[in-house]
Amino acid sequence: MVMATLLRRDLATLLPGGRRGGTLLPLLFFLAVAMLYPFAVGPEPQMLARTGGGVVWIAARLAAILPLERLVASDLEAGVFDQLALRGIAEEWAMASRLVAHWLAFGPLLLVATLPAAALLGLSADTVRILLLGLLAGTPGLAAIGLAIAALTAALRGGAALAGLMVIPLAIPILIFGAGALSRPDTSGVALTAAISLGLCAVAPFAAGAAIRAAREH
Amino acid sequence: MQGAGLEAQALYCRRGDRPLFGALDLSLKCGEALHLVGPNGIGKSSLIDILAGLRRPSDFHAGADGRRMRGSVEWSGSIGLLDGRPVLDEAVTLERALAFWARLDGTAASVTDHACALGIEPLMDVPVRYLSTGQRKRAGFARLLGQAADHWLLDEPLNGLDTESIGVVERLIAERRREGGVVVIASHQPIHLPGAVTLDLRDHSW
Repeated sequence: MVMATLLRRDLATLLPGGRRGGTLLPLLFFLAVAMLYPFAVGPEPQMLARTGGGVVWIAARLAAILPLERLVASDLEAGVFDQLALRGIAEEWAMASRLVAHWLAFGPLLLVATLPAAALLGLSADTVRILLLGLLAGTPGLAAIGLAIAALTAALRGGAALAGLMVIPLAIPILIFGAGALSRPDTSGVALTAAISLGLCAVAPFAAGAAIRAAREH
Repeated sequence: MQGAGLEAQALYCRRGDRPLFGALDLSLKCGEALHLVGPNGIGKSSLIDILAGLRRPSDFHAGADGRRMRGSVEWSGSIGLLDGRPVLDEAVTLERALAFWARLDGTAASVTDHACALGIEPLMDVPVRYLSTGQRKRAGFARLLGQAADHWLLDEPLNGLDTESIGVVERLIAERRREGGVVVIASHQPIHLPGAVTLDLRDHSW
């Protein structure tokens, strides 16, 4: 019941068109990268087909950074987590709900946008299949990293810019296995990506919750 | 009405390297009120945070052997907190912002009653970001009423309120105390609190 109420509010604020400036901007950003890439490297089909999948992964990572600014900081400042704590609702629950909402706000749309992006890059059907599976497995992990970093930097001045910078190196394992899966004939790379992703999702609410409690004491 | 509401022992508070107050013991029976006074920066808001359990009391050296000790805070029931922030979503209407907390508190049925009690019922369709300082404060009180907490912690509850609203707030505080709640209030403005204990944090320097 508590979780449903929290999730309802988080979704209302984070989904595109939501109250916390949730927009289609990450999605357009993602498509813009896929559109610009052929202009930058030239239109040779073999080249695009070989490297296009990796570009989509990088675009996905960068697009997932955009919503981080408002993910935790505004609620921390407004005292929402304090009020939840007074009601005995742990920060971990609030962060778990936010993780789900954050992923739902960009993950599924990103998967849909991968289709036009793949068309722009001329990717083969097999590549697109592995790419979609990989993104489905990897984006929850990207969301988890983003949430933990957003919570860690929420109390800092200029935390948003720092968050974007900190997220990038932490996303390297997912990127390696996710994009690496594209060069394999089977889906073993996707399975590894999913494993890393699940691990991150399990840890992130605790890390983020601890970060919020630490922010109170300073 | 006779039971202990708040028992706090050996509260010390340090912000950064700066000691604010120390050796503070509080014991309030149900229905009692505590009025915190003192100049800005003396630690009133920090004390409220400590009493709310949002900040740990600072540790201190106790006795001749210099062991590190930490004070304790114990309440006999649930606590509600109202500080400078109404903690209502800025972008939605007042009604929806209050409804979120009411759902968590299981008091969704009485949102309108609480809004009426504070005289903000005509504002229910207005987004929270358009509310004035005083209206925000009253909206914060409506949220606090919805929580149905036993005890209240109020940090500058009269800021921005007009004379009429001050009367309303004083009545609400009196009502909470009649029902056995402990109310701790940090306020610079004179507030009518019959029989309240006044605590000046300058008397408890570390």
